[in-house]
Amino acid sequence: MQNNRIERKFYQLKARKQKGLICYIMGGYPNPVDCEKIISAIVEGGADIIEIGIPFSDPIADGPVIQEAAFKALQKGVTPQICLNLIKNTRKRYPELPIVIMTYSNILQKNGFKKFMQMAKDAGTDGFILPDMTIDESERYLEYSKNLELASIFLVAPNTSNLRIKNTLAVSTGFVYVVSIYGTTGMRNSFNKYTLTAIKNIKKLGPKKNISVGFGISTPQHVQLMSNCGADAVIVGSAIVKMIDSNEERDIVQLQNNLRGYVKSLKAACTI
Amino acid sequence: MTKLREFPIEGKYGKYGGKFIPETLVPAINELEDAYEKIKNDSEFKNELDYYLKNYAGRPTPLFFAKNLSDYVGGARIFLKREDLLHGGAHKTNNCLGQCLLAKRMGKKRIIAETGAGQHGVGTAMAAAVLGLKAEIYMGSMDIERQKLNMFRMELLGAKVHSVDSGTKTLKDAINEALRDWITNVKDTYYLIGSVVGPHPYPMIVRDFQSVIGEEIKYQLKEFTKRSPHALVCCVGGGSNAMGTFFPFLDDKDTSMYGVEAGGLGVRTGKHSATLKEGSEGILHGMRTFLLQDEFGQITDTHSISAGLDYPGVGPQHVQLKDLERAKYVTCNDNEALDAFFKLSKLEGIIPALESCHAVSYGMKLARKMKRDENIVVTLSGRGDKDIDQVMKYRQKFIGR
Repeated sequence: MQNNRIERKFYQLKARKQKGLICYIMGGYPNPVDCEKIISAIVEGGADIIEIGIPFSDPIADGPVIQEAAFKALQKGVTPQICLNLIKNTRKRYPELPIVIMTYSNILQKNGFKKFMQMAKDAGTDGFILPDMTIDESERYLEYSKNLELASIFLVAPNTSNLRIKNTLAVSTGFVYVVSIYGTTGMRNSFNKYTLTAIKNIKKLGPKKNISVGFGISTPQHVQLMSNCGADAVIVGSAIVKMIDSNEERDIVQLQNNLRGYVKSLKAACTI
Repeated sequence: MTKLREFPIEGKYGKYGGKFIPETLVPAINELEDAYEKIKNDSEFKNELDYYLKNYAGRPTPLFFAKNLSDYVGGARIFLKREDLLHGGAHKTNNCLGQCLLAKRMGKKRIIAETGAGQHGVGTAMAAAVLGLKAEIYMGSMDIERQKLNMFRMELLGAKVHSVDSGTKTLKDAINEALRDWITNVKDTYYLIGSVVGPHPYPMIVRDFQSVIGEEIKYQLKEFTKRSPHALVCCVGGGSNAMGTFFPFLDDKDTSMYGVEAGGLGVRTGKHSATLKEGSEGILHGMRTFLLQDEFGQITDTHSISAGLDYPGVGPQHVQLKDLERAKYVTCNDNEALDAFFKLSKLEGIIPALESCHAVSYGMKLARKMKRDENIVVTLSGRGDKDIDQVMKYRQKFIGR
């Protein structure tokens, strides 16, 4: 199964005995022009998959860092269309880069799921992550995903039952997003045993699925820890958004260098 | 044909409702659903709740024939369902006691809740105090600024109040923050939602605990007349007092229903909270419902003179009732609500909450068009003591002009 960019990427990674690095950025943040440069730096640093957040006014699964970025992006007038344009431009530059959208269901609902997903597909998107979309509510979303050949990436939490994990794995395409902790997105200093147990369990239930772990991950040590438990990829979000935030001098070249270096250090930890 | 009282079916009211939640909350929501199924017809639970409703909260609340107001209007007879007399000063206590007892049954010791104006926060703090639970309340920092007294009341009652500084710093952000807390502390925490909103089963649970309002109206009106009410009128923010009033009557064809939303400065100005009237379909706070949102799906700011109606969403069952034209949803502006505030205070010696004034105002309008032998029941969802400061400011401004 290598008929889409995400699957192809994981296939290559496995052949190279590498874990995947998925990097999140907030679409249009801190502004649309710099955002494209930020993506380039992250890709040059070694990111395997890019996750682009479309800001939503009420991001309940996000911690303070991403909430704040979404709030500021919306204040500056970032729209879903601006984010799709960003994807279009990124796609031109990187024809093989897997790009997924992370946003909330209402952004799709407003246009109609079908129409918005078509627009996203046309822009070059490979799939969707919707943290407030459960498998129980996903009948039509899954139908459109299938028709448009978009990955439907569902989340699995540490407290998800085995039966539900199996059902989720059955309808997830591209990869499965394992939420590492009880909580919202954002950096954590350490992880509890339950996180590691959950990853091992999910990998056991879906040995052929691409298991990606996110929430709280920010250091090469975290990357290794998750890899050792069987994760096929890790997702880093808030740490990157925070680096973008702290670039107060608005020196984009400096920021690009910092991000490139940071992503490189994470990717170095991805080699088995 | 399916009776309206049989909804939700599989967690949905027609196409509205459902469960749009982060995966971490799924086990908690399912646990709640199972626990509620168990206690729903459990006579021991019912007796315990009835005990607290009667001896602690003061149920049943009276149904009062507002003769002076009816005479003044000169139309249908207006009855007031006096939820303002309930302990805590609003209908919120019905739901808080019900859900706190449910939480206790589930072995949860920590209660979290959101609050806008503070009424649900106060209700939660009271119920938690009397039932020996720990309560933490999320409230937008902007709302705290507007309702300092209620924050102090919650603290007096032993609750911890968290000020929410994200987003618009009002009710919807308080709900977001409570949901984030729940995601983090899902194992030992019970989230006590204050209205008929949120993921299934909350709209159903809150509706059921509030239905005591409509049930009482049913038998209380019989003391005055053999006829069932011709019309029920309630204010709608999230819509819990309205759903509690409407629900027992849903399949009674002779009773028409009116939900009154906050028209704010007028729906044309864009500064209002008239979700059913002006909103569109969307997904927020775990449910598919109607929302006030912009063309991109971002939730927009709301406005109302009454903080309790200041919510950009509405209970999913109300959207179903609107679609089926079983209930009619109308608006009442800030000025009209204020006018009702003064009228009811002077004519009946009852100072109503600004939220309830929206219902009183429309009730008067409706009564004028109806016959003298017809009956309207207006649910007076809360008392107006909390609003006196604000009304005073408005009046000074008005007289100043």
